[in-house]
Amino acid sequence: MRKVLFVEAKLLVREWPAALFTLALPVTLLLALGQIPDLRAADPDLGGQRSVDAQLPAQMILLALLTASFTVLPSALATYRERGMLRRMSATPVHPARVLGAQLVLNLGVAAVAAVAVIGSGRLVYGSRIPVQLFGFVLVFVLGAAAMMAIGLVIAAVARNGPTASAIGSLVMFPLLFVAGMWIPREIMPDVLRRISDYSVVGPFVNAMRDTWAGEWPQFPHLAVMVAGLVLFSGLAVRLFRWE
Amino acid sequence: MDVIEVRNLHKRYRDHVAVDDVSFAVASGEIFGILGPNGAGKTTTVECVSGLREPDGGSVRVTGLDPVTQRADLRRVLGVQLQSAALPDKIKVWEALDLYASFYPDPADWRELMDQVGLAAKRDTAFAKLSGGQRQRLSVALALVGRPRVAVLDELTTGLDPQARRDSWELVEQVRDTGVTIVLVTHFMEEAERLCDRVALIDAGRVVAVDSPAGLTGRVGGGQRVRFRPTVPFDDALLLALPEVTDVSRTGDRVVVTGDGNLAPAVTLALAEKGVVPDDLRIERATLDDAFLALTGRKLA
Repeated sequence: MRKVLFVEAKLLVREWPAALFTLALPVTLLLALGQIPDLRAADPDLGGQRSVDAQLPAQMILLALLTASFTVLPSALATYRERGMLRRMSATPVHPARVLGAQLVLNLGVAAVAAVAVIGSGRLVYGSRIPVQLFGFVLVFVLGAAAMMAIGLVIAAVARNGPTASAIGSLVMFPLLFVAGMWIPREIMPDVLRRISDYSVVGPFVNAMRDTWAGEWPQFPHLAVMVAGLVLFSGLAVRLFRWE
Repeated sequence: MDVIEVRNLHKRYRDHVAVDDVSFAVASGEIFGILGPNGAGKTTTVECVSGLREPDGGSVRVTGLDPVTQRADLRRVLGVQLQSAALPDKIKVWEALDLYASFYPDPADWRELMDQVGLAAKRDTAFAKLSGGQRQRLSVALALVGRPRVAVLDELTTGLDPQARRDSWELVEQVRDTGVTIVLVTHFMEEAERLCDRVALIDAGRVVAVDSPAGLTGRVGGGQRVRFRPTVPFDDALLLALPEVTDVSRTGDRVVVTGDGNLAPAVTLALAEKGVVPDDLRIERATLDDAFLALTGRKLA
């Protein structure tokens, strides 16, 4: 397993534009949006916090996770399957699930680095807060990542090839960013939208993240929706995913 | 001893029968060809042998193992080179070999293997930058890296230029010399004639015949033809008297002798005794194409 992981890591580095995009886009967006004075002013909608304190960084971490799980991961797996690499591996004593495992670990790793970079650069440039409830933050991050990667595996299962997988991923990603509150914070969403947001996996992810910034333990309903999403989509992925 | 036994193999996909009824046995150390036109069921057959597909009927044994129920054991004794299987674009030759070696409990030394398939100079080259022939050789090396007893090579030389094809043939012969039994799937009769000890001709999911290439071509009547232009006139009776000759015909100044056995030496010897020199001598034999045509009424390619 270590060798598969190592080789996949080298391949990821050689295909660096995809990984760089996952890393650089959220950090760049955070720094750029932070230039907007309104986002650096105390916002009554956010309980007097500034947007750059928790709302914006949480959204950017979501963006990094969605990029990794919805476009990079599915397109890599769909390409491997389309070219018969998974099938070739299943003719050896080693199951191709190891490649899938390595891809999950690596994409989680890239998203985690992006999260650290987002929090660090926000802190340095805008004096943003950091997630004080660290254990809660890690729990939310890992749980959210697992649920989103399960969705990514479903995309990899239904897409015929790499480009189709990234296209589907992007198509799913933007509505989810919207309901997560990327453009309208949850606090000022219309009721219907907020209701949708609350059951969307990404909405609870962002809200639970913001709670950990405030030093609070994530709320049970948020975690429950993410667990439900994880169970639902990983079950779907297991049923739909084909190795050839 | 038979390394592979296939009995009454049957496999159908949703709406058509890919393999109707295929039986054959492959002896240890031989190069066994599976020859037939596209869509005859060759690939499905070897996929069932390799445990990549589950047969709907019949039985398959590879070194005594059932590819369905003893999949894990089979993986250790059988290496495959799949038609159209690829590697990631950016993986280097040595990395692919090293990675696949790590999949097996007792792998071959991949450095030696890399030398053997002639890729030592391409060690650090990415898969995407390899030529078709180099990719095929890497693919063969990956099939062998687990020290298999049986190697299945599917459409090894399809899409290769003539030189690369000849290099691949030499490689296959070298591999056989190391004691590996080889199943070679092909639709090139020239390849089967050159490499295989025995060939199964497959058409429409059924085995038409299993024999050595010479045995198969021998089944075609009027097996050989010798054409030449005699330097001095001679009587047809001279050649018709030979036991190998069945017919002599003339078109213009050319003579065409049909027959079998050691036809060409017998003819040239008889001519030499009468002081006739056969100019522009050509020997034509029945090919596996002819054999396939005679056995199925259809052309191979």
